Amino acid sequence: MSILINKNTKVICQGFTGKQGTFHSEQAIAYGTKMVGGVTPEKGGQTHLGLPVFNTVKDAYKATKADASVIYVPAPYCMDSIIEAVEAGIKLIICITEGIPTLDMLKVKMFMAQYPETRLIGPNCPGVITPGQCKIGIMPGHIHLPGKVGIVSRSGTLTYEAVKQTTDLGLGQSTCVGIGGDPIPGTNFIDVLALFEKDPETEAIIMVGEIGGTAEDEAAEYIKKHVKKPVVSYIAGVTAPPGKRMGHAGAIISGGKGTAAEKFAVLKAAGVHIVKSPAEMGSMVQHVLQTVKA
Amino acid sequence: MNLHEYQAKQLLRQYGLPCSKGEVARNVDEALGIAARLGTSRWVVKAQVHAGGRGKAGGVKLVSKKEEITEFVKNLLGKNLVTYQTTAEGQPVNQILVEEPCDIAKELYLGAVIDRATQRVTFMASTEGGVEIEKVAHDTPEKILTITVDPLVGVQPFQARQLSFALGLKGDQIKQFTKLLLGLGKMFEEKDLSLLEINPLVITKDGDLICLDGKINIDDNALYRQPEIREMRDTTQEDERENRARDWELNYIALDGNIGCMVNGAGLAMATMDLVKLNGGNPANFLDVGGGATQERVTEAFKIILSDKNVKAILVNIFGGIVRCDLIADGIIGAVAEVGTKLPVVVRLEGNNAELGAKKLASSGLNIIAAESFTDAAKKVVKAAGA
Repeated sequence: MSILINKNTKVICQGFTGKQGTFHSEQAIAYGTKMVGGVTPEKGGQTHLGLPVFNTVKDAYKATKADASVIYVPAPYCMDSIIEAVEAGIKLIICITEGIPTLDMLKVKMFMAQYPETRLIGPNCPGVITPGQCKIGIMPGHIHLPGKVGIVSRSGTLTYEAVKQTTDLGLGQSTCVGIGGDPIPGTNFIDVLALFEKDPETEAIIMVGEIGGTAEDEAAEYIKKHVKKPVVSYIAGVTAPPGKRMGHAGAIISGGKGTAAEKFAVLKAAGVHIVKSPAEMGSMVQHVLQTVKA
Repeated sequence: MNLHEYQAKQLLRQYGLPCSKGEVARNVDEALGIAARLGTSRWVVKAQVHAGGRGKAGGVKLVSKKEEITEFVKNLLGKNLVTYQTTAEGQPVNQILVEEPCDIAKELYLGAVIDRATQRVTFMASTEGGVEIEKVAHDTPEKILTITVDPLVGVQPFQARQLSFALGLKGDQIKQFTKLLLGLGKMFEEKDLSLLEINPLVITKDGDLICLDGKINIDDNALYRQPEIREMRDTTQEDERENRARDWELNYIALDGNIGCMVNGAGLAMATMDLVKLNGGNPANFLDVGGGATQERVTEAFKIILSDKNVKAILVNIFGGIVRCDLIADGIIGAVAEVGTKLPVVVRLEGNNAELGAKKLASSGLNIIAAESFTDAAKKVVKAAGA
C-alpha cells in the first residue's frame, strides 16, 4: 500500500513535448512510472519518448484512461490546463509549475468544488512519489527508499532532506507528497495526513512546514483529534526576519499566527514530536518508532 | 509589488472612487505649483514611501503657508524616512504628494486580502479607523467586520449594505459605500491585488466618504498581465541587492549577521539559516538560487553575498537532486576563482555524484571547505566565521 499513487497508476503529462515535460517524463519512465502519453496542442498524433501525443486532455483520457496527469505548462496557462484536466475526468492532477497568480488558483479551487472526487496537488511543488513504484514530479528518484515513513511538505528541497535522512537510517518512505508553497494549495496537510493515517504501510509521518499562513495550525488541530500515528514536524524559518510591512491588513487577518515559534508551540501542544534542527527529522522518527515498539 | 499612495489613488480614481484632490511633486517648484492649482488655503503634504506609520514619523503634515510646503519638501526629499514599519535605514523619499485638506468627522478602516484560510478575497471594515487598528483587531476582534467574496459573483450590494449598517452609515453614505466596495472588489480582481487598504476611510463633516490613504500590493506572479502596473514599479523603494538578485532570478534578502548563505530552494534556505543559528552563528542573508544552479548564477550569487562587507564566511548548501553534484562543484570552483574571494567557503553538496563533487572541491586549491553533512556544514561555517 501507499497513498495517492502506486505501480499501477497510469500517468499522462500536460506540456509533454516542452523542455521540462520532456526531461522529467524521461526521468519518470526511467524510474518505472507507468507513463501512458502526453498532451501538447497541435502535436496530436505524434509520438514522443515512444508515447502517444494528444491535442487535448479529453482525447488523452479517452485513449489511455489515465489515473493522473502531471502539469509542466508555463504559469500563465496553468489555470486552463488544470481545469482542462478536471473537466476531462482525470482524478489526480499534480501541478509542478510555480508562479501561478493567486487569483487564478482561487478560481481553480472554486471550480474544483464541483468535482469532489478530483484531487489537485500543488502548484509550485516537487510532486508525489511512492518509492520503487511511481514517481510523478521533479524529485530525484535515487534518494528514496521504499519504507514506512510518510512525508508531507510545503517545501521542495527540504522534502529531499527529510527523504535522505530517512533513507540513510534505513527507514524508507511509504509515499512523499509535496503540497507546494503557494498561499492557495490544491491539497493541504490535513488531506494528506488523513490518507497516511489510513495507510497500513505508513508507520510514522514527517510533516515539514514553513512560516506564514495557518496550514500547520489547522493540521495540529486535526492531528490532535484524528491522527494516532506518530507525527514528527519541523517548521522552517525560526530565524526569518519579520520583513518590511505595508499596512495592517495582513497582520489583522493572520491574528498573530504564522511565525515558526507559534507553529512549533501549537504542534507540540497537539502531541507532535517537534525538531528544532532540520538535520534531526530522520533521527527523531527513528527514536519515536523505537519508543513506540518498546 | 507595492504601490505608492499616489499611485494607489490613481487606480482608485480610474474606478471612479472618491479621493482628495492632489498631485505628486518631485521638487519644491512642482509642489508650489500644485498648491497654487488646488487653490486652497491649507494643504496636506505627504512623503511617498513604501511603508506605513508615516504620520507618526513626521512624513505627513497639514500646512497653511507656502513656506511650510517649501520647508517640508526640502527637509524630506532625497532623505530616508524611518517609520515603525521600515528598517532602521528607512525608505528614500523621492516624491511628495500635495493634497487639499479634508474636514474629518470620523475615520473608518477598510482593508482586503486574499485569506488563505477561507481561500477567498476577504474585506475587513471597522469603525475604529486609524493607526491603532491592529490593537483593535487584537483586543476587540468583534469590532472587525468581515465579508467574504465569492469569486463567481464578486462583491454584491447586500454585502456592502451589511457592512454599511454595521458601520453606522446613513442615507447617501450607504450608496457611496456600496459604490466604493463594489469598485474595490472589481479593482482587486482586475488588477490582481494581493492586499488593499484604505486607512482611514473618512466621513467628512459634509457627510461624504473619501479614501484618505491607500495601500496596494500587487501579486508578483500576475505582473506579466498587468503592463500598466508594471510601469509603476519604484525600484528605489526596494533593496538594491535584492533587485540585482531578482534580475538573475535569485531570491535574496539581506540580514544583519556575518555568514553568507547560498542554498537551492526557499525551504532549505530557511532551514539552513535556522541550523546556522542553532549552532551559534548569525546568517548575513537568505539566498535561494532556485532549481538551476548554473555557474553563471552561482557566480552572481557570490558577488551579491560578497557585496555585504559584514560577511566573514560563506555556506553553500545545495541539494543537487537530479543535477549532478560534480557539475555544481565545477560551477562553485569557477565562481570562487572568478570572484577571487579570500573568505572561507564551506560547501555541502548532496545528490548525484556528491562524492566526486566533494573531491573536486577539496583539490581545487581554493579556500573551500567540504562538509560531510548538513549539521557538519553549519558547525564548520560558524567556526570559520569566528576565526
